[in-house]
Amino acid sequence: MVDLKSMKFGDELLKRGFAKMTKGGVVMDVTNAEQAKIAEKAGAVSVMALERVPSDIRAQGGVARMSDPLKVKEILDSVSIPVMAKVRIGHLSEASILESLGVDMLDESEVLTPADPFYHINKKLYKVPVVCGARTFPEAVRRIFEGAAMIRTKGEAGTGNIIEAVRHIRTVGDGIYILNSMTNDEMFKVAENISKSYTNLRDLTSEDLYGEGEKMPYNNVYYGMDFREISNEIFKILKEIKHLKRLPLVNFAAGGIATPADAALMMKMGMDGVFVGSGIFKSRDPQRMAEAIVDATENYEDYKLLGEISSGLEGMHGLDISEIEKLQNR
Amino acid sequence: MKIGILNVQGDVSEHFQMVRRLHQKYGVEPVNVKELKDLKDISGLIIPGGESTVIYKILGKSGMVDRIIEMAKSGMPVMGTCAGAIILSSDTGDSRVTGMNLISITIKRNAYGRQINSFIKTVDINGIGKFQAVFIRAPEIESPGRADVISSLDGSPVMVREKNILAMTFHPELTGDSRIHEYFISQVISTPS
Repeated sequence: MVDLKSMKFGDELLKRGFAKMTKGGVVMDVTNAEQAKIAEKAGAVSVMALERVPSDIRAQGGVARMSDPLKVKEILDSVSIPVMAKVRIGHLSEASILESLGVDMLDESEVLTPADPFYHINKKLYKVPVVCGARTFPEAVRRIFEGAAMIRTKGEAGTGNIIEAVRHIRTVGDGIYILNSMTNDEMFKVAENISKSYTNLRDLTSEDLYGEGEKMPYNNVYYGMDFREISNEIFKILKEIKHLKRLPLVNFAAGGIATPADAALMMKMGMDGVFVGSGIFKSRDPQRMAEAIVDATENYEDYKLLGEISSGLEGMHGLDISEIEKLQNR
Repeated sequence: MKIGILNVQGDVSEHFQMVRRLHQKYGVEPVNVKELKDLKDISGLIIPGGESTVIYKILGKSGMVDRIIEMAKSGMPVMGTCAGAIILSSDTGDSRVTGMNLISITIKRNAYGRQINSFIKTVDINGIGKFQAVFIRAPEIESPGRADVISSLDGSPVMVREKNILAMTFHPELTGDSRIHEYFISQVISTPS
């Protein structure tokens, strides 16, 4: 007989273990096999398959979906490093398709157009690990509860502007710091607050049926779980974070990294590694930019080296955040 | 006694914590090895798991390779796990990663398939016993060369030792079971400096 409980533990270990193997590395966005090969050669720890890089999604608009399976297969066949692929938030079927293609990790990403307005994917149901974005501490905790194997800051993809990634690192970090001084009672209240967004759909239904103020019970609000079960699980996650003084899984930075100095800043701020999207293949010399960002991530405090590798390296044209639609709010 | 953990890329901190946990019992202390000067006072070296192409590339640029080879040839114990075993090997059959030729194994990258094929299995290790081995996109040792096979799975070696060099295709740093690290540390302690 298969011991389900130990199997679950085993799956989690393999998923989080995979994420741990990417620590200190750079994951690069690629749209085809040729770019994937450049990334591998430059020292990428993994490549991320997507239909269009974020800055093109931004410029062209329209619905951004998972990459064409044909392209994903091409990319899978072209490199020996792991291949990740972006899936729309809540799109269970895209996730299963990408898993069946052999993708090593899924990125449930706000860069694509969301598919589900209420829920993220229940990542525990997949055998491949999933990385999710987060802007705030509660967001990170909810994604961990849903079974994410890795967290990344959302930042603001496709802008070449680092301010949002820094904002999200600081915001998550401050949440962890505050947790440190909390009693169990306070932490339980926080767990309930964090769990509230799982009841949004039920609240809407109650309001539709009975008008404002009436609340139907919160049973079966997320994949068969009721509110109490969810907040108990989230309480356990908070306890673990308090004990570890950090998120209990690998935490990368993403969204706006455009130069070696940006990558170095992310590492300096305690991140485990970086995702680079438009920053590489929208720069003048992608091969050189890719190598420089890898070097910067490994040697983020070697400022002499950082100066050398950044010399004459032209980054992508950046965008001011106040002028654009924010993908992070998805 | 200092045990160096090669801090290039991968799950460095997991090995670091494992060695630190054994500080009381064996008097060992983990140190991060990032550049040439960090190799100075170490009595043993662990090469962690990660992405072998990345470790190979960055290690090559770091200027540490020759010194590591020299120290290993003069008897310093070195342990490589997963990608670390690839880095130590003599033949990878893959131009993207060349091993340091410190152990005469032939090894094949990602031999079991992709992440979906990663698995946990109990293996029997000579001198240690049953061990929960975590294989993540693991390589396979196709030929042990002159190395002693100390554990196998389905007929192929998963842990080998050739004199002072220890290599395994799984991740003993992920399960909290410290016996393999203790085995390595005992080897370090019994090596005359």
